[in-house]
Amino acid sequence: MTDIALTGNVATQALKKRHLRPVEFLPLLAVCAAPIFGEQYLPLATQIAIFIIFCLSLDLLVGFGGIVTIGHSVFFGLGAYTSGILSANGYGDPLTGLAAGAAVAAVASLALGAIVLRVHGFTLLMLTLCSVFLMQEIANKATDLTGGIDGLVGVSTQPLLGIFEFDLWGKTGFGYSVAVLAVVFLAVRLLMATPFGLSIVAIRDNRLRASMVGIPVGSRQLALYVIAGLLAGVAGALQSQITQFVSINAIGFELSGEILIMLALGGAGRIYGAFFGPIVYLIAQDIFSKFDPAFWHFWLGTMIVVVVLFAPGGLVGLASHLGKSSIVRKLMSEKEK
Amino acid sequence: MEYSHFALLTDEGMIEKDMAKANVTQSSALRVAGLSKSFGDFKAVTDVSFSLSKGERRALIGPNGAGKTTLVNLLTGAFTPTDGTIWLGGKDVTSLPAHLRIQEGLARTFQITNLFNSLTVLENIALAGAERKGEGWHMFRKNAFSTRALEQAERVMDLIGLTRDAFIEVSDLPYGRQRLVELGIALALDPKILVLDEPAAGLPSEDHDIILAALDALPKDLAVLMIEHDIELVFRFASHVTVLAEGKVVSDGSGEFVKNDPKVREVYLGESTR
Amino acid sequence: MDIVLSILIHSVAFTALLYLISVGLSVTMGLMGFVNLAHGVFAMVGGYVTATLITAVHLPWWAAIALTPFIVSGIGVVVEKVLYSRLYGKAELDQVLFSIGLLFVASAVAQELYGPLLIQIPMPASLLEPIQVLGVSTSSYKLVLVAVGASVALAVLYALERTTLGAMIRAAVENRTMAEGLGLNTSLLFSGTFALGTGLAALGGAIGAELFPITPAYGFVYLVYFMIVVAIAGLGTVRGAFIASFLVALISTISAYFLPEYGTIVLFAGVFLLLLVRPQGLFGRVS
Repeated sequence: MTDIALTGNVATQALKKRHLRPVEFLPLLAVCAAPIFGEQYLPLATQIAIFIIFCLSLDLLVGFGGIVTIGHSVFFGLGAYTSGILSANGYGDPLTGLAAGAAVAAVASLALGAIVLRVHGFTLLMLTLCSVFLMQEIANKATDLTGGIDGLVGVSTQPLLGIFEFDLWGKTGFGYSVAVLAVVFLAVRLLMATPFGLSIVAIRDNRLRASMVGIPVGSRQLALYVIAGLLAGVAGALQSQITQFVSINAIGFELSGEILIMLALGGAGRIYGAFFGPIVYLIAQDIFSKFDPAFWHFWLGTMIVVVVLFAPGGLVGLASHLGKSSIVRKLMSEKEK
Repeated sequence: MEYSHFALLTDEGMIEKDMAKANVTQSSALRVAGLSKSFGDFKAVTDVSFSLSKGERRALIGPNGAGKTTLVNLLTGAFTPTDGTIWLGGKDVTSLPAHLRIQEGLARTFQITNLFNSLTVLENIALAGAERKGEGWHMFRKNAFSTRALEQAERVMDLIGLTRDAFIEVSDLPYGRQRLVELGIALALDPKILVLDEPAAGLPSEDHDIILAALDALPKDLAVLMIEHDIELVFRFASHVTVLAEGKVVSDGSGEFVKNDPKVREVYLGESTR
Repeated sequence: MDIVLSILIHSVAFTALLYLISVGLSVTMGLMGFVNLAHGVFAMVGGYVTATLITAVHLPWWAAIALTPFIVSGIGVVVEKVLYSRLYGKAELDQVLFSIGLLFVASAVAQELYGPLLIQIPMPASLLEPIQVLGVSTSSYKLVLVAVGASVALAVLYALERTTLGAMIRAAVENRTMAEGLGLNTSLLFSGTFALGTGLAALGGAIGAELFPITPAYGFVYLVYFMIVVAIAGLGTVRGAFIASFLVALISTISAYFLPEYGTIVLFAGVFLLLLVRPQGLFGRVS
């Protein structure tokens, strides 16, 4: 062998590579910085924070797991309705509601995942499509429980930790969602750097090879599905607690599509895409839909088509692509010296 | 290289099943008896028996369509046999699913490179090693790999000459080095039996030396079954050759024996005159 | 007995509508392996084109209906060549997203041009008059729908089974790489099939406007129906599309009559269960 022996070095270098670096907190800080722009933007910033959590949960499935689902809002909606129904019946403590929403969503994702993960591709897409339509219909019909098409009213969120009241300006809401976001972000980021996280990516890359190195593909993906469902439930519960309302759309197909779009815009499989997607989407929507709503749809659709055709990695992919090419140029000029 | 059995050829050119049983059970890493596989009316593999002892290097050759890949798929558990039995290290694994045969010490490489494309060489190999030891479920580790898995990966890469590519994404590697990563993944699975499906497939003959060098470096107590078309590679590597044609074993013995066996010439030459 | 007949007539008419729109989707998805959620757009465009031809160009209804498929398949070919073809073989996620994006754009353009409300396709008054069929009152519109649907179904089946083009399509659906290896010009095949599929969808949209009203949200609202039909049928099957359309139409109609509250639930639950038992659909290939 003429190769250089790097005994010990390879192991050390590899161990360092996946550590959390301070710069990775920047997107989170960007969201936290929203109040600087003015208090009137707090509700928007809160909505962004909630959707980032939702988007992170979808990224686990779609980006890292390679499982394309158009029914993820089932779990968001379940989280929202669980927390909302509890609250409307007197159990309005936000953290309890959060836990309850997460639990119900987790159970549902276990059941649904066990079914849906047996298939892939178009069939899986269709199963998830059916599941979201089914759930929305059920929510629509169960008017006594959910308020049907008019949505669930009477949600009254008690003060967070007994101290922070949910004020009209949305300060508590904002702080609350950002805190939850920070926890979820850390959890997802660290999870994807564990052996489990890597095995998920391996399954996505080459399912056959994964089973041929002894990975139990089905159960790993199911575990991922449950985690993703749970986090979506958290986002939904937050939504209902802060807006003090649950819309029938929280469990609808349109929302599933929207969150998928947000993820694709930001860039799937890169965690930070789940930050930038909702930020760009929701801000753009806020600006554009002040005009004709059709206008917003037109530009949204065009943006999606352009991203898919020319920047499939989303904004983050585009950024890393540009980053790589300038490094390459730098290296080239170094070599010529 | 020690054999604990030798091939006795009957007039029809089939291996006697009796002698295969006799001395072999104790030290055989892999044993196959009466293995058959039919797809409807098509008999892909018929009544194949042989065994591999610890450290034995055997090549499986035969014309196209002879059933070699089917045989490999039967061994690894991708296909269920229509008839026959498979033993790994003395344990009957005929009905054991594929991912559990790995736990019994079987590892394979693929004819078409099958890697985790977005991961680096190190990650591909260390992942295999980590999964083999049941570390894949860990969700609360700080790092993607335990030190043990990384050090094992390092040893494997060192053995077959991949260390300098450790941090390169496998999709960025030239094909020849990707074939090496295939081998590395299989080695990281701590196998007792290694099945190589055309390790040099798709490589120009100049690059065959890379593969040969890696094969030479394999641990001496590892049993290796290699499917290959490249006769030169076969005779340099294998001490024992089995010839398969139309799903049946046609010849079995040392390289020299098989080279001169008229049955083998008939199979190959008969093939080319059609 | 009257109810049974009414249900049957309505179901068959509904089948025709679903078939016309979904058959193209099943074949193109099976042929190109492309998840196209935007297929309903072409049906919608068919409706708008027909309406425009009647109101602005003053063509009689039957002429507008006959001309529309050709216009829309022309549009379809352009869209296929310029946009869709770039995504063949790409990741499923990209295809799904692209088609959603197309849905948004088409819906926005439709709203800009025609406004957000549904538009009427002016039909000859005679079609809407009730007529008696076997003692049951129905409109001749439904019968026309059935007639058109049936003749198209037969024509498509004939074309697929008896013509060279049909054989090529079947071969390419079965095994694309092999077909290419045999010298089939797949890009021409894809464009041609796409044109056919979108043309048929346009016909369905235009002629079925009484059942599925033409609005800018058409592509979103009825997406699930077309997807369900294709999922039940399987990909790349004309026969399957027909049978699946009938099943969906029948279940929808029956539940509209007897279980109006739970109709859609029954339908979705049914599809869900079917896909569990037979992921490839009734007539699709096991991959």
